[in-house]
Amino acid sequence: MSMQQTLPLPGVAPERTGGYRRDHLLVAEMVRPGSRVLDVGCGDGELLQLLESRGIDGRGIELSREGVNGCVAKGLAVVQGDADTDLVNYPDDAFDYVILSQTLQATRQPKVVLENLLRIGQRAIVSFPNFGFWKMRLQLLIGGHMPRTENLPASWYDTSNIHFCTIKDFVELCEQINVKMERAVALDLYGRPVPLNLPWWVWNMFGEQGVFLLSRGGGK
Amino acid sequence: MSNVRPIPSPQTQSDDRAHEADHPSSLVAKFGIDQPLKLDCGVDLAPFQIAYQTYGDLNADRSNAILICHALTGDQHVNNIHPVTGKPGWWDTMVGAGKPIDPDKYFIICSNVIGGCMGSTGPASLNPATGKVWGLDFPIITIPDMVRAQAMLIDRLGITTLFCVVGGSMGGMQVLQWTAAYPERVFSTLAIACSTRHSAQNIAFHELGRQAVMADPDWRGGRYVDEDTHPHRGLAVARMAAHITYLSDAALHRKFGRRMQDRELPTFSFDADFQVESYLRYQGSSFVERFDANSYLYLTRAMDYFDIAADHNGVLAKAFAGIKTRFCVVSFTSDWLFPTSESRALVHALNASSARVSFAEIETDRGHDAFLLDVPEFLEISRAFLQAAGKARGLKDDGQS
Repeated sequence: MSMQQTLPLPGVAPERTGGYRRDHLLVAEMVRPGSRVLDVGCGDGELLQLLESRGIDGRGIELSREGVNGCVAKGLAVVQGDADTDLVNYPDDAFDYVILSQTLQATRQPKVVLENLLRIGQRAIVSFPNFGFWKMRLQLLIGGHMPRTENLPASWYDTSNIHFCTIKDFVELCEQINVKMERAVALDLYGRPVPLNLPWWVWNMFGEQGVFLLSRGGGK
Repeated sequence: MSNVRPIPSPQTQSDDRAHEADHPSSLVAKFGIDQPLKLDCGVDLAPFQIAYQTYGDLNADRSNAILICHALTGDQHVNNIHPVTGKPGWWDTMVGAGKPIDPDKYFIICSNVIGGCMGSTGPASLNPATGKVWGLDFPIITIPDMVRAQAMLIDRLGITTLFCVVGGSMGGMQVLQWTAAYPERVFSTLAIACSTRHSAQNIAFHELGRQAVMADPDWRGGRYVDEDTHPHRGLAVARMAAHITYLSDAALHRKFGRRMQDRELPTFSFDADFQVESYLRYQGSSFVERFDANSYLYLTRAMDYFDIAADHNGVLAKAFAGIKTRFCVVSFTSDWLFPTSESRALVHALNASSARVSFAEIETDRGHDAFLLDVPEFLEISRAFLQAAGKARGLKDDGQS
């Protein structure tokens, strides 16, 4: 698996605003200023830099050595580690937010990782490519192949992204493990939010990726 | 077997070495009877002295001081010609003009550890009570003792908070001890190729080295100075064994392979046919010219006793609870003496303490010694970390605040 793979919006060149990726800006906007954030799979540290520029105390975990060393060279507090094995070493409630950006699909145990995110952080922000996106569906339906896109180019046998899901699947998992969805945004082919008033199935069809702000569910 | 050459006697006279132990070619901070060093073993060591070097200037706010902690066989001569060997400073890849630790920007301090033999009080120093060299009458010292002595020196220099404490190997142990003992006095740390505790394997290697020294008949129960001998063979063997642990199989293979030394064919003897043998003998014999055998015993022992967690009810994270210091932890892939797993355990503890920590593992085949060598990725990370920390500290590029 490769957590270093901070994917731009699948299928399109990452749209940038003021030098930052749209999905990063969306994530950053979800984080309250002054809070403590752990970015799991922080890649080259672009999101962390954006967060720190907004007065957020950020930390990162990154699997690839190149990614870590690049982050440290930027003055970021990043450690080399693996989301699947190292999150257990973080104490409960250590952070206000734990971010998992475009990494969930590359973990061995997404459910366990998700549970850990909300143990370590009061809130979690998770983004992932939506395999319910119409282009993906078309490839399977018409082409008869496992979907591949410009930014997810690997074949089924050598991809590090081993646990793809759709927005619908993810929502079901959140319900199953009693996670509360505080905010959910689907970004379309061009990195624009799919309008809020449209039903879930539209999101699942036209969302290129999903970005979710999660907190611990009550009860149970 | 007439062509078998034993390890040669040191060229430097033991008189020169002994002179350096009490009268170093360095700055010296002397502490009198009224300022004892309270050692972990229960002894109050007084009087004592710390030999140190400084490079660069302290700024007006006294906020740009970097303390460098040296490794087992290092000393305070980090960036100047060594007074005994005549060689350049031991960390000229890291320290110097244009280097990550630049005297044009930082006030750099490096002191010889207590128990050392380059001017700080140790077993090679004269015991004022007897007028003779301390030898094994010198009390056992620990890593915390070394750091306590350094803190007294830093007090003497009028510095409240160090901008950074930097060190590799045994130096890294001191760095970690600094943060555990004086967290409010350390703004940032660079802990390289080290561990919060000495492993069983490392203790075993140290015991091998000590036994080699003590098995040398010239050791004389530690009183070799009085008897005008020096256990140079034993100490050289200790150094040879230790030196292997500082390298890696790949580095040795790349550097020497099975190549012969100045000959085409084996001599069918125990002479140094192989280049690697010749290299190790050189390492051993050059080491004894500058190092005191008893000091080697004491310093290896200090490392063996080191275990930060043990001082905090076995919970490492407690040692760093609430700490504000910025950490950068670095390990090397081919270091089997202080492997990455040790650094990772430290990082986990720091994470559990919510400390601000960066951790990088550098890919290199050069083993533990990589921190002393020109490993560009490591040096760049060190530079970047210090720059980022300097920014947070309010330091300008010229070291002013």
